[in-house]
Amino acid sequence: MKVRIRRFDGQKAWWQDYEVDAKPSDTVLDILNRIREKHDHTLAFRQSCQMGSCGSCGMVINGLPALACQTRISELKTESIRLEPLYNYKVIKDLVVDLTDFVNKHRSVKPWMIRKNPQELEEAPMEFKVTPDQNLTFVQFDYCIMCGLCLAACPTVAIDPLFLGPQALAQAYRYIADPRDEGFEERIEILDDSHGVWRCHFAGACSYVCPKGVDPAKAIQYLKKEVLKYRLLHKKKASVKPAELIQKPPPANAPKPPPFDFKIEGGE
Amino acid sequence: METLDYDVAIVGTGLAGLRTAIEVLRRDKGRLGLRVAVISKLYLMRSHSVSAEGGTSAVLYPEEGDSFELMAWDTIKGSDFLADQDAVWRFVHIATQEIRLIERWGVPWNRRADGRIEQRWFGGLSFPRATYAQDKTGFFEMRALYDTLLKYENWDRFDENFVTSIVIENNEFKGFTAIDLKTGNFRYFRAKAGVIATGGAGQLYRITSMAASSTGDGYGLAYNAGLPLKDMEFVQFHPTGLVPRGILITEAARGEGAYLINKDGERFMKKYAPSKMELAPRDIVSRAIMKEIMEGRGIYDDNSGLYHVWLDMRHLGKEKIEERLPFIREIGLKYLGIDIVDQPLPIRPTVHYNMGGIHVDIDGKVLNANGSPVKGLWAAGEAACVSIHGSNRLGSNGTNECLVYGYIVGNDVYNYIEKERPALPNPSQNILLAEEDRIFGKILGKESGGEDVYQIKDELKDTMEKYVHVYRTGSDLEKAVIKIKELKERYKYIKLSDKSRIFNYNLEHALELGFMLDIAEVIARGALLRTESRGAHARLDYPNRDDANWLKHTIALKGAEGPLFSYIPVKITMWKPVARVY
Repeated sequence: MKVRIRRFDGQKAWWQDYEVDAKPSDTVLDILNRIREKHDHTLAFRQSCQMGSCGSCGMVINGLPALACQTRISELKTESIRLEPLYNYKVIKDLVVDLTDFVNKHRSVKPWMIRKNPQELEEAPMEFKVTPDQNLTFVQFDYCIMCGLCLAACPTVAIDPLFLGPQALAQAYRYIADPRDEGFEERIEILDDSHGVWRCHFAGACSYVCPKGVDPAKAIQYLKKEVLKYRLLHKKKASVKPAELIQKPPPANAPKPPPFDFKIEGGE
Repeated sequence: METLDYDVAIVGTGLAGLRTAIEVLRRDKGRLGLRVAVISKLYLMRSHSVSAEGGTSAVLYPEEGDSFELMAWDTIKGSDFLADQDAVWRFVHIATQEIRLIERWGVPWNRRADGRIEQRWFGGLSFPRATYAQDKTGFFEMRALYDTLLKYENWDRFDENFVTSIVIENNEFKGFTAIDLKTGNFRYFRAKAGVIATGGAGQLYRITSMAASSTGDGYGLAYNAGLPLKDMEFVQFHPTGLVPRGILITEAARGEGAYLINKDGERFMKKYAPSKMELAPRDIVSRAIMKEIMEGRGIYDDNSGLYHVWLDMRHLGKEKIEERLPFIREIGLKYLGIDIVDQPLPIRPTVHYNMGGIHVDIDGKVLNANGSPVKGLWAAGEAACVSIHGSNRLGSNGTNECLVYGYIVGNDVYNYIEKERPALPNPSQNILLAEEDRIFGKILGKESGGEDVYQIKDELKDTMEKYVHVYRTGSDLEKAVIKIKELKERYKYIKLSDKSRIFNYNLEHALELGFMLDIAEVIARGALLRTESRGAHARLDYPNRDDANWLKHTIALKGAEGPLFSYIPVKITMWKPVARVY
């Protein structure tokens, strides 16, 4: 199989062609490893889990941002493969891009649990009460593996480097939609900005390329709705009702394992 | 050489590393203003903890019938009585608070209708206590820890920094040396306290559920710093790895009711574990599958040339699969084009976990050759061996160990700095210069020699796969020892073809291979010496457990001609060993 890879060594960029043995069941990542191990030790690409959960191996495969480990060559239905580093990022070497901006944007939307009383997060004896249906309102947006494909596909990111982008915005919504979170007001100024939710014009490319079904485009539209309600209807919080902590139940007797052979000291 | 000063330097950013970092910062709240360096050879959030699937055990609702005693008993029996019982006792208590803490930080645990946390069955458990978030439990735990870490200020991230050595002088930790992969620059992390949380070494084998990055760097770092490794011969084979690659198909599939079926359509586990069936512990199920295959009841896969058995989930129904095993369905579809709703999956044992690791005490302090702590150095998670898992870890006891030991080590590190107020160390410059020369002069700069890193790695994987597998024999292990010795000799003559500095993966892989060869030697030699069968170490020539001679931990130290072995007693504080029947 012919593989054409866009390479970069820090100074110059070029296309390089490789001829590699391939089986239909091979993934693009298998092919890349074969090239690096058997043909060209200098080729740089990231990888880790090899099963679509770590987000390392995002790249542009035949023109489309995708994970190399989850793309079988039989699915591509092409005679040759063309690989490029993710679009909209600075390239460091070959298929390795700079993710610094990406992780900073994610952090800027305060993607962590916020409670009015922070003690509840750190010191409560029990868990929050969340029903299976409430889980479904946000868990889809928690699937994000931070592979960065959505930013590579986004036409708005391409023209506005300050745009927060689909990943960060979807993560803001992940927390806002979570009944355990009360941080809506802390995040609103960040989101309600010309480089925030309003910059998205709903191309939907992010959702198309997302390998985990996060659907950032949907999350951004929900965020717009929440921001409008806040600004126009003066609602001081997201439409999600905050979850309460479960009360500790009284202790009861449990069935016993074999009796101790030794006298023991108590635990923690 | 660039020197970076920190109070605490943490290497490895899976669950154990992130949890440790958070605990130090959370305890501190700016009081001492401790600064933490979080170092990973990957990008943060890429560590292999994200691939943990099925569940995290803890006693959550004792009023319903579970208890700390029962969880401790399950863990110790599962370990084939090689676990240190005092450590298990402490571990089962802290696991409960950790499950609830990370819930409040955002983990979307599956829930019951009343809003409390749902739990399910896992292998070797006497009560359904595997707490889970779909079949992406480790992933969601990582998300919650990573996100929570982001809210703290007093730490710096060092993505894609490969640690090459631990600096220790006079039994005192003095920092880590590293290569910044992005620039190729040599770095010295000078720190008062160090934590190793680098995970396991599945990449020694060809068929493994572990990531390409799971090369056992922490084991290699400790071993080469003259520190002992413990119980390394116990390598866990997860029974259900997807053929051909060995991608993990979670034990939760069997927890939810999946069957294991041989060529004749028989649920063969009835022969090996009549009461627990498919939910026997992993060592027992892996041996059963290999036995079926060895006795001709496996199915041959044309594409890979491997034999396998079937994992059948069809009777669970689409609804249950979508709610509780969506990732397994995705894996089947993406890698084999098989929908588990309609078809069984071809599976065989896959290397999954290292029970052994860096020899630590009950607080996670790294111990030296004399069994006393190295000042200022800790290890946590799979990189460490306390030992909680003995010779066989129970499924759903891996992620909780990372959380519990992240908590314990984070606190112990904090207490140490608060009490002792150590100064920044000043190592002799010669150590640092020698390490820089080893990497950039002796390995990267070498122009002679014709050995290839990837060729040696290939041969190592084949050797381990062939001779140090589920079933072992003395003669196979001897072959492995000889072959590894040969590979170690050839490793001295490797020559790198990539001479660049920026993202030189060739160099990183060469350094990893050095660690892997050391670890393989410790595993194979330790396995050869242990003339009994216990947990994951099954010898066909010594099929029985031998408590009279082998109820003890293996300790391996680096010697001039390979590892030197000694043994220390197991801490038995609650239950005496009994026959292990399921």
